[in-house]
Order: sequence, then structure tokens, then C-alpha cells
Amino acid sequence: METFNHLFSLFISASLINNFVFTLFLGLCIFFGVSKKMETAVGMSITFTAVMVISAAISWVVWTYVMVPLKLEFLQIIIFIGVVAAFVQAADTIMRKVSPDLYYKLGVYLALIATNCIILAVPLINAGEGYTFIESMVFGLGSGVGFGLALIIMASIREKLELAQVPGPFKGMPMAFVTASLIALAFTGFSGLISAH
Amino acid sequence: MDTRSNIQILRDGIFADNTIFKLAISLCPAIAVTSSLKNGFMMGLAVMFVQTMVNLTISLMRNFIHPRIRIPIFMLVISSWVTVTDLLMHAYVRDVYAEMGLYIKLIVAFASILAHAETFASKNKAVPSVFDGIGMGAGFLFALSAISFFRELLGKGTVWGYEVLAFKPMLIMILPAGGFLAVGVLMAFFNWIEIRFFGGKPAGH
Repeated sequence: METFNHLFSLFISASLINNFVFTLFLGLCIFFGVSKKMETAVGMSITFTAVMVISAAISWVVWTYVMVPLKLEFLQIIIFIGVVAAFVQAADTIMRKVSPDLYYKLGVYLALIATNCIILAVPLINAGEGYTFIESMVFGLGSGVGFGLALIIMASIREKLELAQVPGPFKGMPMAFVTASLIALAFTGFSGLISAH
Repeated sequence: MDTRSNIQILRDGIFADNTIFKLAISLCPAIAVTSSLKNGFMMGLAVMFVQTMVNLTISLMRNFIHPRIRIPIFMLVISSWVTVTDLLMHAYVRDVYAEMGLYIKLIVAFASILAHAETFASKNKAVPSVFDGIGMGAGFLFALSAISFFRELLGKGTVWGYEVLAFKPMLIMILPAGGFLAVGVLMAFFNWIEIRFFGGKPAGH
């Protein structure tokens, strides 16, 4: 029970309190790039969460059993980006062979996340915090769900925003930023959700 | 080969192709580390260094890289230079590093650095590539300094840690929400200048 509580609070903290988009500001290129339509936002969130959990697991194994024993910690950037890029490439190839249907729906997003800062940040944070295997995966899951939540909220607002009258200079990107700022203000409210850490 | 002169390349990097305000890529650090001018400036310097060195390395190696494996090689070069920057900053500017170490590491995932290795440095000689790197880096440095200057001034009433105003006009600017707001308003401001004085058209959705 104690471990479950701990993992649950880790999940909540990764998805809501330290939301990747609104408090850590990672993955903004994708956040603003694919949040124009609801359909792409949902596809992206699913792909992202899956890749995040699996790459967190793989890089935990590499970190604990290869890099720490060999004292290669200083190479973490190079090795993590290699591991993640290789995994995404492999997933792309396997999916195309095994399930062309799924590939047709989600393949585009896979190409986009190969070298994305969130995907890289998860192994780096896991290594920095010294999480266990299960904790790493829960952290990856929480981050993925949090990112998906942010993406879906933003997409539903931007679909409505298409119809609004926006002043000339604010059209497009600037308006998206101001919208994100208001959502971020709402997310500040989660900051006191879990007091004892 | 690029036909522009070196100075022209430098100027385009700062203004016409400004990473943050024009292209709207590599935005993560633009918001994450800009709550104080010092952090924003240091981040800009780090990016400028990485971008210049990556451009130089790629352009010197361009005749030896097989086109089919170029992207992994670019990533390797970029992550090596980011590691160098990371270790240097960890050693010499510890207070700044403590606040934004994660974001220094994540320079490796910058779209603009990979894009310029691919589109510019792998096709041009070393000297123009260095100018391109300095130009893009300076554009980024300028954008980050502008954003963090306004955020620090309005949020804390200070500039580079020194007190300028005796009060804090808008606390929201140093909160996470203020970062998005500052970038959005500055982007709109630059759009307005372009529409008003240079005959540009408002962007579509």
C-alpha cells in the first residue's frame, strides 16, 4: 500500500504539478505545432505516452547496468539520444511491418518525436533523481499523460479560436502563446496538491 | 553554395531568420530559463557556442560524410559539443548551472542547430558556416535577452540581479504563465512593427 501511494503521488506530480508543458516548458515545438486539430492531438498523445514509457524503461536499464558500472555518466547526453533515436527508429520499422493500419494512423508522429526534448528529458531526469525501474516507468507514464492532457486542452481551445476575431499582429502564434499562458495560470493551482513529498 | 556575403549571412541570422520570433522553433528554453536576465544571457551564449562549433565541425567534415548516414553523424557532433558545454558550465558557472542544468543538456534536441547543420554547414565552406552559426546564435541570444530583460524587470523590479525599481509591477511575469505571455506579446510586437513599417501581412492561422 505504501509503495502504491508513493507511485500514485509520483504519477500525479509528473502529470499535473510538474506538467511538462506548463511548468517545465518542454516539448513546446510539438505542443504548438500539432495542437491545431483535435484528431492529431489525440494521435500524438497516444504515441508520445507509449514511446515515453518504453524509452524510460530502456534507458533505465542502459543507465544502471552499462553506464554506471563503466563510469560513463558523463556521456549521458550522447548515449541517451542514441538509445532513444534507435528505439524510435526500430518502433517505426516494426510497426510498419506488423501493423500497417496503426502505422498509417500514428507513423507520422513517430518521425516527429525521434529527437524531441521531452523524450530526452525523461531519461535525464530519471537518472538525475535516481529513480528505480518501476518509478522510472511511472514517471514516464505520468509525463506522457500530462503532455497528452495539455495537448488536448490546447487543441480544443484552438479549434474554437479559429472562429474568433483576433487583432492583426496577434494572429497565429502570438495568440496561441497568450492562450497557453492562461492555461498555465490555471495549472499553477495544482502546485499545492501534494504537500508531503 | 550560398551566394550571400558573410555580413549578409550574419544579419539574416539575427533578424530575418530569428529562431524565436520569426521561425518559432527551439522555444523550450526561451520560456524556461528567462525569468532572469543572467540565466537568459548565459543560455543564449551556450547556444551560440554550440551552434558555431557544430557548424564549423560539420563544414570541415562535409566531404567525408556519406549522405545516407548524415543525420546520425550530425546528432553525434551536436551531442559531443553539448557535452563539452555542459561540463564547462558545470565547472565555471555553478550558480547558473544549478538553476538550468537540464536545459543546457537539452540543447541537443534543438531543431535550429540540426536544421542549420543540414541545410547550411553541410553544403558550405568553413568561414561562411562560422558566420551562419554566429548569426543564428546571436539572434537567439538577442531574443532570449529581450524576453528575460522584460520578465525580470516587470516581475522582480531588477536587472541582472540589481534593483532598479523599488517595487514589483507585475509578479505574474516571473511565474510560468508569464513566460508564455511575454513571448506572445513580444512576437505580436515584432509582427506589428513589420506590418506597420515594412508592409508585411498578418499571418494566417
